[in-house]
Amino acid sequence: MKDNALSNILSQNDSKENIDGQLYTLNLGPTHPATHGIFQNVLTMDGERILHSEQTIGYIHRAFEKISERRNFAQITTLTDRMNYCSAPINNIGWHMTVEKLIGCEVPKRVDYMRIIMMEMARIADHMVCNGVIAMDAGAITGLTYLFQEREKIYEMYEQICGARMTTNMGRIGGFERDFSPKFHEMLQTWLKKFPKIWGEFCALNERNRIFMDRTIKAGPISAERALSYGFTGPNLRAAGVDYDVRVASPYSSYEDFDFIIPVGTAGDTYDRFMVRQQEVWESLKIIEQAYKNLPEGPFHADVPEFYLPEKADVYNKMEALIYHFKIVMGETEVPKGEVYHAVEGGNGELGFYLVSDGGRSPYRLHFRRPCFIYYQAYPEMIKGGMISDAIVTMCSMNVIAGELDA
Amino acid sequence: MTNEFVLEAITREFPDSVISHSEPYDFLTLEIKKEDIKKVIHYLRDSSLEIQFLTDICGIHYPENPEKEIGVIYHLHNLMTNFRIRLKVFMPKENAEVDSMTDLYAGANWMERETFEFYGVKFKGHPDLRVILNMEDIDYHPMLKEYRLEDGTRTDKDDKMFGR
Repeated sequence: MKDNALSNILSQNDSKENIDGQLYTLNLGPTHPATHGIFQNVLTMDGERILHSEQTIGYIHRAFEKISERRNFAQITTLTDRMNYCSAPINNIGWHMTVEKLIGCEVPKRVDYMRIIMMEMARIADHMVCNGVIAMDAGAITGLTYLFQEREKIYEMYEQICGARMTTNMGRIGGFERDFSPKFHEMLQTWLKKFPKIWGEFCALNERNRIFMDRTIKAGPISAERALSYGFTGPNLRAAGVDYDVRVASPYSSYEDFDFIIPVGTAGDTYDRFMVRQQEVWESLKIIEQAYKNLPEGPFHADVPEFYLPEKADVYNKMEALIYHFKIVMGETEVPKGEVYHAVEGGNGELGFYLVSDGGRSPYRLHFRRPCFIYYQAYPEMIKGGMISDAIVTMCSMNVIAGELDA
Repeated sequence: MTNEFVLEAITREFPDSVISHSEPYDFLTLEIKKEDIKKVIHYLRDSSLEIQFLTDICGIHYPENPEKEIGVIYHLHNLMTNFRIRLKVFMPKENAEVDSMTDLYAGANWMERETFEFYGVKFKGHPDLRVILNMEDIDYHPMLKEYRLEDGTRTDKDDKMFGR
C-alpha cells in the first residue's frame, strides 16, 4: 500500500463521490478457489475493470533455502518435492543433477532415459492440471474432471516406482532407488496406447470452442519484449513467441537424442499459453515413446558409493557397504568446494539451482530460481485494464503454483 | 561466444571494474566493483554481446570476511548463443547498498526485494523496497549466517557425533 499511485486511488475511493460508486477495492484471495494456493491480490476496480493490483505473497513461505543449509544433499530432495508439487519428479531430478555436476558424477545412459520418461510424465501431469483448470475457470469443469482421471494414472505409475504419489522422491543422487518394475512397464504401455485419444478429446473440447476462445483470446496478454524483461521462461515465454526451451538450448540428461519441436505462440495471451501447453503434451508423449522404445540396458544408478545407499544385503555382509551406509545416513559425506548453477525445464519454465559448497556436509548457500516467482510479479501488468473474469483465467494460464512461488 | 571472448570484452571495456574472474564448472564468473555493477550489466545488455536475459539475483553471506561480508550474485544469459555469465559484488555488512537493476530489467524488482529481505542489501533506486515473503514488520534478515535454524544454546543435544 506504500505505492503512491495506489494510495491516491484509494484516498479518492474514500471521498464522497466515490462512495456513490466509482472506484472500489476488492480482495481477490488469499484463500480464493482461483488463486490456486494462498496469495492475495488487492484490486482497485472501476466497475468490473481492473485499474491497479497489488500482490501479497509469502503465506506458505517455508524457508527452504535456509533449511537447506542444515540438511545434507540427499535430504534436500524432499524440499524440492514440495515446490512445484504438480511436477515433483522434475524438481527432484533437477536437484540430483545439480549435485552430480558438483561432484562430477556421470550417470549411465539408462538413468538418463528413465529420468526423461519420468520428467516428461510429470510435465504432462502438470500441463493437464493447468489446462484443465483454465477450462474450469472459464466455466467448464468437465475437462478437468476428465483429465484428473488420467493424472491419477500417472500418479499410480509413480506409486509403482517409489510408493508415493505427489511428493515422489523417487530419484537418488546418481540415478534411481530401484529399476522400473514389470508392473510399471505394463502400466506405461497401456497408458501410452490410451492417453493420446483422451488428450485428443480434451483438445477437441476446447481448442475451437467459441465460448472458450472468447474468454481467453486477448485475455492477460504480454509481449515478448516485456516477458523477456521480466525473465519469463517456459510455456509463458513461448506463448509470446520466443522459442527458448532449456531442453534444447542446454540439453541435459540426453535430451539431445530425441526428436521433438518447441511449440510457440504469437500473442502471449491466455489462449496461446493454453495452446502451447496443449502442443507440449503431444511433444512430451513423443519423447516418452522414443525414450521407452530405446531404453538402454544397464545399471539404473551410477557407481557413487559415497552418495548412493548400498543394497541392504551388502550392508549386513560387507564392511565398505556398512561404512558408506552409515556415512550417508548420518550425513557425513562431504562434497567438493565450488559453485554450480544447473537449470532444467520445469513444468513452468526454467527451474534453476544455484549451489555454493564450502566442502561441508550441507550447501553453504542454495538458491532456487523459481519460475513462478518470476511470473507472478508481471501479473498486475497483465491484468490491468481487463475484467475480473480475465484476471482469473490469466492467473491460471500462468500456472503459478504457490509452493514454488513462496519457497 | 566463449568465456575468453566475453572476459576479454568486459576487461577491455571496464579495465578497472573487474576484481577477479574464475570459471567454476565452465561458468564464467566475475567479481565486479560494487560501484560499477550497473554499468557492466547495462553494457552486457546493450552491447553486441547481447547478454540480455536476467536469470536470477540472489544474496550470500560470508561472516568471516568483514570486507566482503555480503554478496549479491547476478546470473545473466544470452538466449541466442546460450551463453551464461555470473557476476558478483561484495560489500561490508554495514550499509550494504548497491544499484538497483529495476530500470534495466522489470524482473529485478522482486528478486531485489527478496535479497533485501534475506540479506539486508539496500538497492539504490528501487521503487518499492520492502519485504516480500515474511511478515512486514520483520526487523532482521533471516538468511544471514548469524541466525541458526536451531537454538545454538541448547544443552540437551550433543551434536559432536554428527560432524556438526
